[in-house]
Amino acid sequence: MGKITAEGNVEAINYEGFQLTRLDTVIGAARANSLWPLPFATSCCGIEYMASMAPNYDIARFGMERMSFSPRQADLLIVAGTISKKLAPVLRQVYEQMSEPKWVLSVGACASSGGIFDTYSVLQGIDRVIPVDVYVPGCPPRPEQIIDGIMNIQALVKHESLRRRYSPEYKELLDNYNIEHDIDGK
Amino acid sequence: MESKLTNDQVLSAIREQFGDKIGEEQQVTDHYLTVFADPEAAHAVILWLNQHPEFKVQFLTNITGIHYPDNEEGKEIVIVYHLHSLQNNFRLRLKAYLPVEHPSIQSITDIYSAANWLERETYDFFGINFVGHPDLRRILNEDSMDYFPMRKEYHLEDETRQDKDNRFFGR
Repeated sequence: MGKITAEGNVEAINYEGFQLTRLDTVIGAARANSLWPLPFATSCCGIEYMASMAPNYDIARFGMERMSFSPRQADLLIVAGTISKKLAPVLRQVYEQMSEPKWVLSVGACASSGGIFDTYSVLQGIDRVIPVDVYVPGCPPRPEQIIDGIMNIQALVKHESLRRRYSPEYKELLDNYNIEHDIDGK
Repeated sequence: MESKLTNDQVLSAIREQFGDKIGEEQQVTDHYLTVFADPEAAHAVILWLNQHPEFKVQFLTNITGIHYPDNEEGKEIVIVYHLHSLQNNFRLRLKAYLPVEHPSIQSITDIYSAANWLERETYDFFGINFVGHPDLRRILNEDSMDYFPMRKEYHLEDETRQDKDNRFFGR
């Protein structure tokens, strides 16, 4: 017989020509190592994100980029920058256009909390209109921090149950944000 | 570069033309003249300056408003026109007092097309009604906003935030 290994809690049997493991794990690994992010960049955090994409930091090394500039083909929404209240419905529409499963990374103080712009015209954190998975603090955060944030997203992606998006908890989360869905919640 | 026109020369010409429609009050700040006009006369003064054969004040730099909540009643809102004569290298400000209850003044979009967006902005932030404006709606803020944020009675900060303790902000 082949060699039996345990990675995490997953028992894998490796033998010439086949490998046994859990479907969740395979799909999770495939998703996490080829994320398709949609950069929604509005200000200086967007510039830091561009630096992360460029050769000096190069997030492609971690399987974090196949930039998707269409929300319909994106897995990860990266919101980098100040979101004004006037832009909030646009951001929400972009999020709604993404197909499941989808994750959201909030880059920088403005996207996370409104930042220094505590004013009548600025949305005080994107989590007021869409659910956020990982927050990256900083004003703006350095590329290392952004990479760390995406690594945290990858950890979530890797370990997410395939059933999570059909769970009553997820339905409740979307209901809280008044986002349309077709989960029956059973 | 020095201007060919002087503040006194322009002011006396305006006074001669418009008489008591021009307020007694006047200022010279940073070398620029400020003329106070009756709101009803502001349009006529701007048109006259625009078409004056010598002054040729044919460029509109900016329109904005100011809110002085402590001013006497009927003078709480000030509308400011910044005008520029490119040929004479001469600038001046024209101001008019408006009541905060119903601030209303004739639009100058028929003189300067640039006034269209500037008046929309001033309406957006101060609620000044420009009579005769072709399309007076908010330009920068979200359409659903139900107040004029640059008026002093409204908070500049986002009022939906509950996580800020005033003690830590010196208030």
